[in-house]
Amino acid sequence: MTSLLSPRERLLGTHRWLWLVLGVVAVLSVTRILAGTPDLTSSGTFGSALRLGTPIFLAGLGGVYAERVGIVNIGLEGMLILGTWFGAWAGWQWGPWMGLAIGVAAGALGGLLHALATVTFNVDHIVSGVAINILALGGMRFLSVVTYSGDTGGGATQSPPISDVIGKASAPVLSGGEILGWESPDLLGNLEDQRWLFLSDLAGLLRGLTVDVSWAVILAVALVPASWWFLWKTPLGLRMRSVGEHPVAAESLGVKVYQMKYLGVVLSGGMAGLGGAMLVTEFARIYREGQTGGRGFIGLASMIMGNWRPGGAAAAGGLFGFTFALELRDEPAVHALLLLIALVGGALGIWMGYRRRWAPAIWLVGTAATALAVFLSTDSIPREFVFIAPYVTTLVVMALASQHLRMPAADGRPYRRGQQL
Amino acid sequence: MTLNRRLVYAVVSSALAILFALAVSAVILAVSGNNPLEAYGQMFEYGVRVDSLASAVNRAVPLYFSAMAVALGFKMGLFNIGVEGQYRIAVLVAAAVGGAIALPAPLHVLVIMATAMAVGAVWSGFAGYLKIKRGVHEVISSIMLNYVATGVGAFLLANWLRQENQAGDLVIKTPEIAPSGRLPSLNRVLELFGMDPGRVNLYGMAVVAVAAGVGFHMLINRTRFGFELRASGSSPGAAEMAGIDPKRMVLLTMVISGAIAGLVGMAHLLGFFHRYTIDFPTMLGFTGIAVALLGRNHPVGMAGGALLFGWFDRATQILDLRGIPKEIVFILQGVILLSVVVAYAVVEVRIRAAESQVVTGALREEES
Amino acid sequence: MHFGRRITLPLGNFAGSVGRVSAVAIELLQITKRFPGVIANDRIDLAVREGDIHAVVGENGAGKSTLMKILYGMLIPDEGEIRIRGKSVSMVSAKDAIDAGIGMVHQHFMLAEQMTVLENVILGAEPRSGLKIDFGDAKRRIAETSREGTLDPDRLVEELSVGEKQRVEITKVLFRGAQILILDEPTAVLVPQEVQELFRSLRELRDRGVTIIFISHKLDEVLEIADRITVIRAGRTVASVDPAGTTTRELAELMVGAELPTPDIRESTVQPEVLLEAEGLGSRSEDGDRWVIEDMTFRIRRGEVLGIAGVEGNGQRELVEVLMGIRPVHTGRVRLDGEEIDSLSTLHRREAGMGLIPADRHGRGLLLESPLWENAMLGHQGSRPFARGLLVDSNGARRRTEEVVEAFDVRTPGVDVKIHALSGGNQQKLLVGKEMLATPTVLLASHPTRGIDVGAQAAVWESIRTARSKGLGVLLISADLDELIGLSDTLMVILRGRLVATLDPGMITPVQLGAHMTGADG
Repeated sequence: MTSLLSPRERLLGTHRWLWLVLGVVAVLSVTRILAGTPDLTSSGTFGSALRLGTPIFLAGLGGVYAERVGIVNIGLEGMLILGTWFGAWAGWQWGPWMGLAIGVAAGALGGLLHALATVTFNVDHIVSGVAINILALGGMRFLSVVTYSGDTGGGATQSPPISDVIGKASAPVLSGGEILGWESPDLLGNLEDQRWLFLSDLAGLLRGLTVDVSWAVILAVALVPASWWFLWKTPLGLRMRSVGEHPVAAESLGVKVYQMKYLGVVLSGGMAGLGGAMLVTEFARIYREGQTGGRGFIGLASMIMGNWRPGGAAAAGGLFGFTFALELRDEPAVHALLLLIALVGGALGIWMGYRRRWAPAIWLVGTAATALAVFLSTDSIPREFVFIAPYVTTLVVMALASQHLRMPAADGRPYRRGQQL
Repeated sequence: MTLNRRLVYAVVSSALAILFALAVSAVILAVSGNNPLEAYGQMFEYGVRVDSLASAVNRAVPLYFSAMAVALGFKMGLFNIGVEGQYRIAVLVAAAVGGAIALPAPLHVLVIMATAMAVGAVWSGFAGYLKIKRGVHEVISSIMLNYVATGVGAFLLANWLRQENQAGDLVIKTPEIAPSGRLPSLNRVLELFGMDPGRVNLYGMAVVAVAAGVGFHMLINRTRFGFELRASGSSPGAAEMAGIDPKRMVLLTMVISGAIAGLVGMAHLLGFFHRYTIDFPTMLGFTGIAVALLGRNHPVGMAGGALLFGWFDRATQILDLRGIPKEIVFILQGVILLSVVVAYAVVEVRIRAAESQVVTGALREEES
Repeated sequence: MHFGRRITLPLGNFAGSVGRVSAVAIELLQITKRFPGVIANDRIDLAVREGDIHAVVGENGAGKSTLMKILYGMLIPDEGEIRIRGKSVSMVSAKDAIDAGIGMVHQHFMLAEQMTVLENVILGAEPRSGLKIDFGDAKRRIAETSREGTLDPDRLVEELSVGEKQRVEITKVLFRGAQILILDEPTAVLVPQEVQELFRSLRELRDRGVTIIFISHKLDEVLEIADRITVIRAGRTVASVDPAGTTTRELAELMVGAELPTPDIRESTVQPEVLLEAEGLGSRSEDGDRWVIEDMTFRIRRGEVLGIAGVEGNGQRELVEVLMGIRPVHTGRVRLDGEEIDSLSTLHRREAGMGLIPADRHGRGLLLESPLWENAMLGHQGSRPFARGLLVDSNGARRRTEEVVEAFDVRTPGVDVKIHALSGGNQQKLLVGKEMLATPTVLLASHPTRGIDVGAQAAVWESIRTARSKGLGVLLISADLDELIGLSDTLMVILRGRLVATLDPGMITPVQLGAHMTGADG
């Protein structure tokens, strides 16, 4: 894969994504029927996947902005934490929309700190990021104690609930959304209820993405194409990306490298802050310590899997959202994932065997057989393993994908104005 | 001479970073309606008591191991951010093994430690393996492994390793380790010097920590492995050309780092808890990263950093009793960390320039 | 000594440019730039006439690059004045230079490899329509500027050849409407045929009225293309001459200020015994899709230097890696001194007598943050006097390093100094010296004199020659064709991972060699 596809390849690329999605739905459909777990592909599950995936892909988008200007941002987790705390605090005071706005500002401030350390003072990017994570975690603990002591309804590790929720919308006709008070038909819902092979599962997916979607989620989803357009189609975006590819060349053409880097990292923090604030406004409605659960890091992994591109990061974020959704909604569905692993692993293994690549073939078939054996011999997966599902998924996907990806050429490298090559 | 210059720079910049952090924390305390001078005064008064100092050492020992585990990776440009998960799974398994067996005193302790090191090494080895075989960055994989460790640990504890609870006891825990599997406290030694730490037991693990620090120094600076480690960190390309297999070094370093990480929980386990319970201290792995950075990966520097963080941790305990949030310690530690890394980055540039100048100067004198 | 030749500026004698407008386009007066410990530019004067190709020559480290960075706003001079078309300007960033109509083509391409030609060209001067980049307009203008029109604006730069990349660089500069073009060592990366192509474009640009400043140390090329030549030595302007009235030899002496060293080897020292032998050697790329080196067969005898000529990126690096055991061998075998070494690790190969001078001194040869003695140890860390068993013998290592410093004249205050503080030449002398003192059977020398000053270059050549006469076998990889022809007993040409020709260095000229290197000559 290359970082900028020609128009022809891009068209092909879009189709590739489409086929991939359809393929995934097909496999899920078979698994759903064999395992008898309708919730695996219900619109409810996909709806949760979208909502749970949103903070992750926002962190992933944050990662894209930072790494496209050449700054590794492992501090996304800390910026997410800043977003949750300030989002909850502002939401408690002034309602959820202000919560989102203040969350963005807090995350951006975290980004500014990271930019100060890495761009101005040339601190190692990962070191600075880890420092920001530690500082954010401890700082928010302190702020909680100071702010929520007394009878606010919060405490040392959590805030009082925010007062209001952000409105939701459904697509008319397709998913039963209202038009001027007229309740339109819910075509996808009807189709989903038929439990047909593939078609109902596809309907579940589409309905999940279009029914009762919060306006905040819609906003977040809109940021994905907007970010792509901004980074690839505007002069400012080109300049930002050039700084991550070859800062010396960029500087020699009059691009203000430091400014671009600052901009990228601050935007990165803002995205993560929005993700954090949405964890509050869309789910818990309070700040709770440890709430982010490594979503900043998973977002970073999404960005890598998405090949440092907004669309890819969003797709990968959606995948992780799906595993979180299963964990949250339905343990039998997680159990069914074992069957899914068996199906996919078996198929890939046979394919590898056909191509005479024996080592991966044996490995895949072995995994598939184990998964199948565990699936057949148990009724459920222990709660603890359900908890680790997203993290293991991250590890597995990274192990499969890492070697085929290309990061911006100057990503993670220190840069001084006037430096030589 | 260069060494001295580096030392002076390191000490001065750390001191400035600590002062800066104290100042920032003072402002935050003041803004949140507390008197910073009173807070620092209380901390100092409480912190210099003998029992507080002993407690500070106790708190420093795990951080020191954790810092060494991180620093070993840093020496070759690897970031083992997974010390947190490694020590937690290691201490759980080691506690279970220690509680399940009965052996003579020194052997029992050694088996527990060896188990912990082995488990830590395996856990960290996963990350190393994924890096060399699949190109997964160790930061991502070891963070994910932290969460996996939490889940797997909880499962093991709840299902396989726990002790059946007595009626009314709700705490999930492993069986208690027999006295033969504990490390004696060092209070007797303190008493020889006329110091009485009261109810605090100075951990015997402190002695192991000192020995490990010396061992760390020898390993890094006196052995071929240490040289190859530093060479790989300084220039992976040059190291490879010099016949140092980069993959082997990555795996070996991660494994050794994980083994050291396995020892992080030993101080508390062998000196205080004698079993693993769900309230076993967490975050030691992450704080260890801060200590490694503060101590610039140097065994003496990290010892200083660990003692400093341990002392702050202890000294702030008094604040709650005075109505001041003791959580200020997190701000203090976080700001120290961030300002110290900035200070070192700034100083490093100066040191390099100074070194170049010394050489040019010396050569010019030689010529004239 | 050369005062007799020195011509005061501005110049009076315009023999080479009859009939051309002789207004001064750019003028540098008494430019001085100091770095810690060095004066890179010491009161430099330079006057470039409008529409000239003006060459600035000088050896590595003479201060040419510093001067050009000053001209391009990337460095700010400590003293002196810059005038453009008679008007004094102060430039503090590249942007100022661009605004003043100056464009620069850097020695190392300043191109983002993973971006397209179009993106590289328009960066910083993007045509817009609304908030968007106007891609249509950009393509139209690129086609106009690059004239030949063969640059596909949508291709990724990483897919282009070296010559094409250079065209992108020039297009980039012209796209911004530059009227003064600075080319820093533009021919360093080109083979002679590509150089001719470049010269054609440069003349065409000159005819369009573009002023060109051409920096080089290749004197025959300078004499061919330049209308005027300024020589810089040790940070000072020593002369400004007319190419019609001078020779390479005279220019070279002006540049160096002394008699020239030459790389020639007088008599052959080749003995019959084969030291290194490769038979049908092949290795595939990591993804297994293609051969990085293929079916290579060669022999190096005792006392023989085998030169490998080729355009960079044709498998030289991979060949060294295969011989060092860093890349796997998929076909064929390698014998060192009669023993098969295929199963040996890199370190064991070194211990068996394989010495190495890596191509990229900073990336693959040195530990910049470590003292000299640890650098001397690198590659020999397993054996005496550097190690004793599993322990490092730092005293033994220091003593050995002192011997290297002594024998190879490494200028340093001591062996505990961090090596980044030394000059490139002294770093290279340490690299060469430590290998030589380990008395290898065969030495793999990649670009042994790249980027170092003439003095160090002569020392490196001398040490290779001495070792060769004592029976060392050398595999010499270099981009410097004079060095290759001068040092080698046998020459082989590498092209796309294969050895395509064996040549006699006594019978070949650089131009012929260049033809072989590009495959232009079967």
